[in-house]
Amino acid sequence: MTSRTRRYSTRDMAVLVVGLGVAIVVNVGVIWGPALASVGLSGTDWSGIGPIEWVGAQNYHDLAAEYPPFWSAVRNNVLWLGFLALIATPFGLFCAVLLDRRLRMSRFYQSALYMPVVLSLAVVGFIAQLVYSSDYGVLNSVTGLTVDWLGDSSINIWVVMVAAAWRHVGYVMVIYLAGLKAVDPALKEAAAIDGADERQTFFRVVFPTLRPVNVIVLVITVIEALRAFDIVYAINRGRNGLELLSVLVTENIVGEASRIGFGSAIAVILLAISVGFIATYLSQMFREER
Amino acid sequence: MNQRLPISRRKLLLGAAASFGVPAVLAGCGSGGPAPTPGQSGGNLGTVSIGSNASDEIPKKMLESVVKGFTQATTRINTVDHNTFQENINRYLRGTPEDVFTWFAGYRMQFFAEQGLATDISDVWQEIGGDYTQAFKDQSTGTDGKQYFVPFSYYPWAVFYRKSLWEEKGYEVPATLDEFTALARRMQADDIIPIAFADKDGWPAMGTFDILNMRTNGYDFHISLMGGKESWTDPKVRQVFDTWRGLMEFHQPAALGRTWQEAAQSLAQKKTGMYLLGMFVAQQFPEADRDDLDFFTFPEINPAYGTDSIDAPIDGYMISAKAKNVDGAKALLKHFAQASSQDIAAKLDPGILAASSNADTSGYSALQKRGAELVSKAKHIAQFLDRDTRPDFASTVMIPSLQSFVSEPDQLDSLLTSIEQQKANIFR
Repeated sequence: MTSRTRRYSTRDMAVLVVGLGVAIVVNVGVIWGPALASVGLSGTDWSGIGPIEWVGAQNYHDLAAEYPPFWSAVRNNVLWLGFLALIATPFGLFCAVLLDRRLRMSRFYQSALYMPVVLSLAVVGFIAQLVYSSDYGVLNSVTGLTVDWLGDSSINIWVVMVAAAWRHVGYVMVIYLAGLKAVDPALKEAAAIDGADERQTFFRVVFPTLRPVNVIVLVITVIEALRAFDIVYAINRGRNGLELLSVLVTENIVGEASRIGFGSAIAVILLAISVGFIATYLSQMFREER
Repeated sequence: MNQRLPISRRKLLLGAAASFGVPAVLAGCGSGGPAPTPGQSGGNLGTVSIGSNASDEIPKKMLESVVKGFTQATTRINTVDHNTFQENINRYLRGTPEDVFTWFAGYRMQFFAEQGLATDISDVWQEIGGDYTQAFKDQSTGTDGKQYFVPFSYYPWAVFYRKSLWEEKGYEVPATLDEFTALARRMQADDIIPIAFADKDGWPAMGTFDILNMRTNGYDFHISLMGGKESWTDPKVRQVFDTWRGLMEFHQPAALGRTWQEAAQSLAQKKTGMYLLGMFVAQQFPEADRDDLDFFTFPEINPAYGTDSIDAPIDGYMISAKAKNVDGAKALLKHFAQASSQDIAAKLDPGILAASSNADTSGYSALQKRGAELVSKAKHIAQFLDRDTRPDFASTVMIPSLQSFVSEPDQLDSLLTSIEQQKANIFR
């Protein structure tokens, strides 16, 4: 036997089996197993009791063609992602940049903006009801309006997204603030000496160095948009204009309804969307490392 | 009461012991029951466990007081949040359910009985049958003709109003839809919103649909529509929605952002004139104002049916198919069926009525007396939309559909087509 062949000792093997094996078992058993089971169940008409009947792509046809809440949910999830990514996140960055300039009372602003982050989204949902309720809400009583903010299905998603963004902004702000503090002041100095104005310094010099932070924030934003659930559930159980894919999955599977096959089909679609984002993100990451 | 048991005492103890995880050795001793958890001192029927959805304060207290009077066995109550209990009922009954559990009469009960998740209690009914009217027995009977349910309490749905406001303005109880509309117009002229309305939770609008449907098309049509046997695009159903659309202008606006509690408050504050809801609306009235609360049954629409049907959901108890102590459970159901048990409950909760015909109505409040009178006059008692149909149809189809009707009453054609398509997918 040549010395170039790698030989694993029994101990190496044991470490490998334990180290890799446990990870694989957990991954398959807890993540991929159930995911594949959902895909399988989505082709059935199972009610949770009784026999499992195979119906092929029937569930997908039903939900796309004959289940009105589905398309509202898809639309709302896209809106949610767009709103967080294009409005809330940039606003969080903006706040971080302002606070980084050492304003007076910047500590105070910082804590005020960060405060909502410690609340769970369900709590934000309850607070939103106190603000938006048409009969006793703060907003209507202060402004004298009689708008049904939460009941009108054409506007409720917007006001709820504002409430969700209230929390998201603080979150993004803190992450960016940490990133900004880590930027080497020498870079800014050099840019100033080269004659760059404030705006150029930020967009051409500082922002590019924040790249790792940007990636984290982007991932957080996408995750927040896809897992949004508690706030709408707290407000009206995700109905009447506040449908989200995650809510429909719950409503169909977990509720008394027990339309497990149908609910699984919705879950598979949510999975497909998530995998799309995750795959894009991972392929970006690996390309960079190479 | 019949004390002779088909199962030996020893076997019973074994079952009870096993249900507690007490080593079976204990059962071999032949003396003494299984270690009882805090509760009542045991009789000779071991331990009966009760799965209860009575998580609110009053119903919880009520169940505890009623069970206190049961001496034949030790009881153990497992209380779960009302909505959680309801939503998990499928998994609950297939998992490790308690012997006796709280549930609803009618289709909701039949659905689970049909899946083999409930124990047949026809023998119990031979004993208690005389205490109930035929309507109650029908609601306790499965599709196979056997009984699975013991009615305990119920509450009627009606149109509630404040007597003082009506006397002040000189309003009269309407007997027909035209009178009802005329009354609503008068209220509008008096700057009162005629009909309080809320549907944020999704289910209160079902009450309006039910009563309009039963007044227009009768009880039999309601049952067969709920059973998935009629088409939702049928002109009869359209007629119901058309009538409702005609009444929409009298309903409290912005209903989808309001809970029934808030709507009830508006009735209490005399901002609205009347409110179609279950008798539990009384909970939202301060003690002092409760005597001012009165109701009338929704007026006649189609003379062929008059006002012969109402929604009066019945709550009661069933035995799970996996019950470990069936004899104890049956004895407990007999205890629940006794008028004296139900009297205690009706005294504690002003929003319910005792289901037994022998119940002592002399202790009723004025509102309860009127409620009992209303129900006794009704020829048909429906259980409410979400109890008369499949739970998946009610929650995933009817709630969003009725909400969309409330927000856009004019999109009727597409809505009815959509309900019909979804119904076909569920009832296949």
